[in-house]
Amino acid sequence: MTTRMVGAPVARVEDPRLLRGEGRYLDDLGQDAYEVAIVRSPHAHARIVDIDVSAAIDVEGLVAIYTYEDLPPRLQERLPVLIPHPALTRPRTQHVLAKDEVNHVGEAVVMVVARDRYVAEDAAERVRVLYEPLPAVVGHEVSAAAEHAVHADIPDNVAASLEQTIGDAPRAIAAAPNRLSFRLDIDRSASMPLEGRGVHARWDADDRRLRVHSSTQTPTSVRAVVATMLELPFAQVDCVAPDIGGGFGVKIMHPWPEELLVPWAAITLGHEVKYTEDRREHFIAANHERGQVQWVDVGFDDDGRILGLDVRFLHDHGAYIPYGLIVPIITSTQLLGPYRITDYRVRFDSLYTNTVPVTPYRGAGRPQGCFLMERTVDRIAQHLGIDRTLVRERNFIQPDEMPYDFGLTFQDGRPYCYDSGDFPASLAKLKELIDWDGFESRRAAAAAEGRRIGIGLAAYVEGTGVGPYEGGHVLVEPSGRVKVATGLSTQGQGHRTAFAQIAADELGVPLDDVEVVTGDTRRFGYAVGTFASRAAVMSGNAIHLAARAVREKALAIAAEALEVSVDDLELIDGSARVKGSPDAAIELGVLATISNPLRYAFDESAERATQFASPADPNRPPVGDDESPGLEGTDFYSPVRSTFANGMHACEVEVDPETSDVRILRYAVVHDCGTLINPRIVEGQILGGVAQGVGGALYERMAYDEHGQLLNASFMDFLMPYATEVPAVITDHLETPSPLNPLGVKGAGEAGVIPGSAVIAAAIEDAVGVVIDRMPITPSELHERRLLAGQEGTS
Amino acid sequence: MSEVLHEVRVVVNGVPASARVEARRLLSDFLRHDLGLTGTHVGCEHGVCGACTVLLDGAPVRACLTLAVAVDGHELTTIEGLAASDGTLHPIQRAFQDHHGLQCGFCTPGFVLTAAGFLADEPSPDTEAIREAMSGNLCRCTGYAGILAAVAQASEELAASGADPRARHRPERGEAGEGPR
Repeated sequence: MTTRMVGAPVARVEDPRLLRGEGRYLDDLGQDAYEVAIVRSPHAHARIVDIDVSAAIDVEGLVAIYTYEDLPPRLQERLPVLIPHPALTRPRTQHVLAKDEVNHVGEAVVMVVARDRYVAEDAAERVRVLYEPLPAVVGHEVSAAAEHAVHADIPDNVAASLEQTIGDAPRAIAAAPNRLSFRLDIDRSASMPLEGRGVHARWDADDRRLRVHSSTQTPTSVRAVVATMLELPFAQVDCVAPDIGGGFGVKIMHPWPEELLVPWAAITLGHEVKYTEDRREHFIAANHERGQVQWVDVGFDDDGRILGLDVRFLHDHGAYIPYGLIVPIITSTQLLGPYRITDYRVRFDSLYTNTVPVTPYRGAGRPQGCFLMERTVDRIAQHLGIDRTLVRERNFIQPDEMPYDFGLTFQDGRPYCYDSGDFPASLAKLKELIDWDGFESRRAAAAAEGRRIGIGLAAYVEGTGVGPYEGGHVLVEPSGRVKVATGLSTQGQGHRTAFAQIAADELGVPLDDVEVVTGDTRRFGYAVGTFASRAAVMSGNAIHLAARAVREKALAIAAEALEVSVDDLELIDGSARVKGSPDAAIELGVLATISNPLRYAFDESAERATQFASPADPNRPPVGDDESPGLEGTDFYSPVRSTFANGMHACEVEVDPETSDVRILRYAVVHDCGTLINPRIVEGQILGGVAQGVGGALYERMAYDEHGQLLNASFMDFLMPYATEVPAVITDHLETPSPLNPLGVKGAGEAGVIPGSAVIAAAIEDAVGVVIDRMPITPSELHERRLLAGQEGTS
Repeated sequence: MSEVLHEVRVVVNGVPASARVEARRLLSDFLRHDLGLTGTHVGCEHGVCGACTVLLDGAPVRACLTLAVAVDGHELTTIEGLAASDGTLHPIQRAFQDHHGLQCGFCTPGFVLTAAGFLADEPSPDTEAIREAMSGNLCRCTGYAGILAAVAQASEELAASGADPRARHRPERGEAGEGPR
C-alpha cells in the first residue's frame, strides 16, 4: 500500500549528498576557469576622472582588464528597470561598469580577469582610479531634505511617490473620539546568505552555445537577460542554478553586473570564466533592505476599534532602483495585516541615497509594515487601558468575511484580497501556546526576584504565491523512475522533497522513485523565480497538475492493455492495477515503454511496443490526433491573484535591570499556510525565519556613516545570531486551505521573519515601560532610553 | 613578479596528497582548488562563520585562517572523510538529516566537523554544552534547533558505540547503505 506523501513529515532527499560534502555550489564549478576580481568604488559619490591600468598589466597570470570603454555597445547601456510602475517616473539603474560617476561604495568600476583569484586581486590592487569626490547623500531625511542630489538630474532625490486610499482616512481620524500620532522606524539590514553571489560561464564555440551557472533565485530570467544583452538567441543560452547556499531574497536581483560581464568575458576570451563574491563584496555590492522612516496617524473609538489610519513613509532604495517599487508597495498594503480598516490612506516617497541599492530581503517590506501596525495597535491598547489581545480581536476580519477585498492594489497589480484565514482561531491558539492569561502572575513572580520580564504579540498576513505562473514537467522513464522538473530554483527550501511528495501521490509511486530538478533551463525553460513564498504554491500546483495529466495517460494506456475500463484501475505501488485484483497489473515503466510506439526493439520491454507485438487496431494510427508518444506531461499553474498566509507570534523577554541586555525567554508561533505539504520543512522555514527576525530586532543593522562608508562590513561587526542568541520556539499550525489552488497551499517561506521586530519591541516595552519605536535596538540604546526615563538601576 | 612555490604534503581523510602552492595560499583554497575537496565551504574568509571548519590532527580549525604551508606534514579530516566508503552517513551526518539540521547545506560541513571535534573531547555533553560548542558557527537557514537536536542524538549514538566521532564511519552489518546517487 502506498501511503499518502503530501502531509507527511518525511526526511529530505537532498540531505545525504549535502551532508557528504557532495553539493555543487557555484564556486565548486569551473576549477580551471579564469577568475574575476572587481575594482570597486571606495567612495559613496564621486566623479571618475581617470582610470590607469598600466601598473596592473605586468602582473603574471593576468588575462584581461576591462573598463566601461571596453564593453560592447549593448553592455554600455544602463541595466534594465526590472519592474516598471506608472508612479516610477524617475527610475535610474547602474551601468555594468561605472561610467563617469559612482554612486555607492562598492559599485563596480573595473573588471580584472586572471589565472586565479589571487592574481586577479593582485592586479586589481594595482589599478589606479582617480576620483573627484562629491557630497554623499546618506539617510532618509538627508535625502528628503535634498540639499545634495544623488543624481544631478533628479534634484529632489525622489524616484517615485505613490498614494493609495480606501474611504477617507483624514476625515475619519478627525471625527474619531481618540487620536494618536507617532513615528516608527526600521533600520537597514540584508539577506546575508552564507554563500555570496557567483557566476560561472562556459562558451562552447563549436555549438555556439553559452552555459551560465549563477547563484540565482531566477535562472530563466537570467538566461533571458543574458541572451538579450549579449544579443544571442535564447535557444543558445542555458542557465543553471546549482546548489545555492541561501538566498533570502537578495539573489532574486538580476542581472548583477557580474552576470553579464562573466558570460561576455567567457565568449570574448574563449575560456571558462568565474566570479565568486567574497564577504566584504557581499556587504557593499549585494543589495540591502528594510530601512524605512514611517509616520502614523490613527483614530479609534473607546473600544479600540480603528476608525481611520493615515500612514506616510520614506523608503530608502539606495543609489539605483532596479526592482521598482515592490518593497514599499508591499509595506503599504500588507501593513493592514488581519485588521478590518475601512478608512485608510498611505503615501510614500522612494528616495535615492548614496548607498547599496535595495531589493527584497525575506519578508520584503512586511517586517516594516508589521512593526508599524502592531505597534499602533499596542499604542491604542495602552491608551485605552485594554488588553492588547482584546484590541486585536475587536479589529479582526472575521472568517465569514472571506474573501475580503480591501479595495487596494497589491504588488502583482491585482486586487488586495484575502482568500482565507481564521484570525480569531489563530489568536486563541497563540494565547494558549504562550499562556497569555497567566503572564501577570509570572511577571509578579519575576518582579519579586528583582527581574523584569515582559510579553508581546504581533500578527501578520502575508501575500504569497504571486503570479504570473510556474510550470512543471513530469516524465516516467521506462525504468519506472519519475523525473520531475520545474524552472524556479532552490536555495535550501527542500523543493526536491516537497515536489517529489506531490508527484508521488498523484502517480502512486514510492518517494524514492521520484527525482526532481529545479532551476535548470535545459530541463524547463519557462519560469518566473523563487520569491514571495511562491514555490510551493506555484510550482507545487503546476507539478500536481502535470502529474495528474501523466496519471490520466498512464491509466488510459493501462486500460487498453488490460482491456478494462479506466474506472476499474488505480495507480498504486508503481503499477496500474485493477481494483481488487492485485495480479492484474502493469508497471508504470512498462506503460512508459508502450506509450511510445516503436519500430526498433533493444530489450524485452521495448519489444512490447514494436509494431508486430500486439494486435493493435489496424484502422487507427499508432499515435492518435490528440496523443503524443511518451508517458509525460507538462502543465502550468497561473492564479488570478495571490493567496494569503497568516500567523501570529508572541514572546516573553527579560531585560537586565543593570545592563539592559535583552534575553528572550519564550517564543511562540501560530502559523496558517493552508495545507502542509511537509510539516517538517514548514517548521524549518518558520524556525529559520524567527532566527532572522531575532537578528533584525536585536542585532543586525547596516551602519553607514554620513560619508556613505559602511562601517560594519564584516561578520565581526554585522552581528547575526548564533545558536546562543536564538530562543527555543514552540509552534502550532492552523490549516485553512486556500480556495485558489488545487492543493490548498499558501506560502511559508518568509512568514517566520515578518513579526520579529514588532513582537520583540512589544515585549521589551512591556518589560521596562519605555517606548520602543525604532528597531533594531541594542542594549546600549535601550539603556539610554531607560536613563532618559529616569529608571532605577540604570544610573 | 612570481611567487615562490612550496611543496605541501598532507594526509587528507587518510589519503596522502600534495600540491605546490604559494606561501599565501589559504588552507581552504588548497583543499578546495588544489585537492578538489569542495565540500569545505568558504563563508566569510575572516574566521567568523565557521563554514570552512576542518579537523587538523583531530582538532577543529578554520581553514580560511590557516595557511596551507602551515599544515605540511599534518593530517586533515574534511567533510568528505566522514561517511562510510559506500556512502552510508556518519552518525552525526545522519542525525542532521533526522532532525532537519540543514536547509541550504552551505554551513553544514563546518557544523558537522565542529560537532565531531567537540564530541571527541566531550562524549556526553548536556544541552547547554552543545549549544555553547555549536555557537561558533553561523547558520542563516535553520534557526539552529535542528542542529542542536542532531548533535544531541549523535552524542548518544557515538557514546554508545564507542566510535571516535572524527573517524570515517564503519557501518554495522545490516545498517542501510545509501550509496552516492
